[in-house]
Amino acid sequence: MDMFRFPEMSRGNLRAMRQTIDGAFRDFTRAWGDTLEAIFEPLQDLLTLIENLLLRSPWALVLVVLAAGIWLLSRSWRIALGSVLALLLVGYFGMWEDTMRTIAMVLVCTLIAVVMGIPVGIVMAQSNRASGLVTPILDMMQTMPSFVYLIPVVMIFGLGKVPGLIAVVIYAIPPVIRLTNLGIRQVAPDVLEAAEAFGSSGWQKLRDVQLPLALPTIMAGINQTIMMSLAMVVVASMIGVRGLGQPVLQAINQQYFTMGVMNGLAIVAIAIIMDRTTQAYGKRLQKHTEAGR
Amino acid sequence: MNKAGTHDIEIRDLYKIFGPDAHRHIDAVKGGLTKAELNDRHNHVLGLQDINLTIPHGRITVIMGLSGSGKSTLIRHINGLIRPTAGQVLYDGLDVVTMTPAQLRGFRRQKTAMVFQKFALLPHRTVLRNVAYGLDIRGIAAAEERARHWIGRVGLEGYEDYYPRQLSGGMQQRVGLARALANDAEILLMDEAFSALDPLIRMDMQSILLELQQELRKTIVFITHDLDEALRLGDKIAVLRDGAMEQVGNGQDIVLRPANAYIAEFVREVNRGRIIEARTIAAPATGERLPEFTVKARSKLDLVARRMTKAGVSHAQVRDGEVLVGIIDLPSILEAMVNPADAASDD
Repeated sequence: MDMFRFPEMSRGNLRAMRQTIDGAFRDFTRAWGDTLEAIFEPLQDLLTLIENLLLRSPWALVLVVLAAGIWLLSRSWRIALGSVLALLLVGYFGMWEDTMRTIAMVLVCTLIAVVMGIPVGIVMAQSNRASGLVTPILDMMQTMPSFVYLIPVVMIFGLGKVPGLIAVVIYAIPPVIRLTNLGIRQVAPDVLEAAEAFGSSGWQKLRDVQLPLALPTIMAGINQTIMMSLAMVVVASMIGVRGLGQPVLQAINQQYFTMGVMNGLAIVAIAIIMDRTTQAYGKRLQKHTEAGR
Repeated sequence: MNKAGTHDIEIRDLYKIFGPDAHRHIDAVKGGLTKAELNDRHNHVLGLQDINLTIPHGRITVIMGLSGSGKSTLIRHINGLIRPTAGQVLYDGLDVVTMTPAQLRGFRRQKTAMVFQKFALLPHRTVLRNVAYGLDIRGIAAAEERARHWIGRVGLEGYEDYYPRQLSGGMQQRVGLARALANDAEILLMDEAFSALDPLIRMDMQSILLELQQELRKTIVFITHDLDEALRLGDKIAVLRDGAMEQVGNGQDIVLRPANAYIAEFVREVNRGRIIEARTIAAPATGERLPEFTVKARSKLDLVARRMTKAGVSHAQVRDGEVLVGIIDLPSILEAMVNPADAASDD
């Protein structure tokens, strides 16, 4: 046998295989594309609604509402004031509209990731088999180059908001799932035993003991998810998601240095605002761990 | 508002083998396979063997043993946290071992409450919410009011809104005790409940428990590795060693008539004067004239000795109310208070 040539499949067979799979998938998208689009329509509506709320309200009102939300979560004047300042600067440099679109996108993606991710994490924490099954899928979601799964998503949905949402959620959901699982598994066994000894049902244990004690860890996961969905805005802009990613993409293609840096910095500003806010909120959840009063 | 214990707990022929194939080895163990052999040959751990114990209602039964003796395993069989490999745990005509999960939940909610060595409080709940926890689970409306009552009874008034982490160990265990008492169960399971506390605070908690028990008359199972604690609290004491019951009896039995060398070694260091009662060593009164000085039958020897030396008498009559139990003298008191083993070795 020739030891210097790998014994590979014949070119003809390989081509036939690719064509068969591609053909089958094309048939699938033709048959089911409309149905799938209808299923995801509510998400698109939600995103459009939030976007319109942010864009069609007076900018000052939006600023006040955002600042109030940030203060409510973080209870920190420093974070709230810093955020207002950052948003004012971003607006002054002409990026208000794109920033609002990106914020809307990240909010909706995070919402989807939380709503879907926490139940999956809970199931993983209950059973080692589920955890063994889901973990490799999460690994794949985080390492598979996003362009690869963009191909089928775009084939089904075309360009636009929905494929963008799907791509971002696939990339950003693993931390919520992983850290929900971890947080629940880390709950001290003696506390769980106490819950059991007092006759808790499985649901009561989850609601009264496991979830509250896992909450700070889950918050860390949500924080990670937000950061990762922000990191995806540039990629998402390639399939037609509007926001801060588009000017960055444009700047790359046409080598506009300043434009790239400015929009990049705006993404960083949103990231810092969201990170500090969620972290401060997570810390507040752990108030009971502080000694003394 | 509080339920006394009304039924004995009967533990019958209980065996617990830890390992994946426990049931396959149970017959061999019943046939005499030892703990060491089971471990060497089959890699299974014999947790409990041939336990038979009646836990009388309304009393404190102490299960004593060193770590690894199986005492924590045994107490968890009573509320089904651990299922035995063979045997029965009977209460009020029901066998805890054969209960369905739903029945077991009901049994735990209504009949038992537990106090843990490491307190096992919910760190994210205040003292008040912790004490109300058992009631919350059962969906009882007046949970908060009842919780406040028990917080007061264990002396934690004013701490309702503190978080567990803000309290000292002793105070945390008072919360644990209040949480268990608020559940208003007939059976109170206490797993090394005071072992993690400083000696002084431990004495304090023992006093609180004894004081509450005077009034509540719960069926209490108390686990400890501390003989002094066992003797102070236990109406009945069961000594476990390597998963087997070595001796069952009251404090007097254990100290004065140790069943074997292991128990004798265990009770060697105990202050016998504080355990042994006057009636235990009283000699029958024979025809001769009775001494005038009188002591109570249930007085402990160190108290009797102190009273007699203070009064300057060497003989006394022992009376249980009106009944004459016998006669006691200082030399016999001294002899009983000195550990026989120590006395022999110092000759």
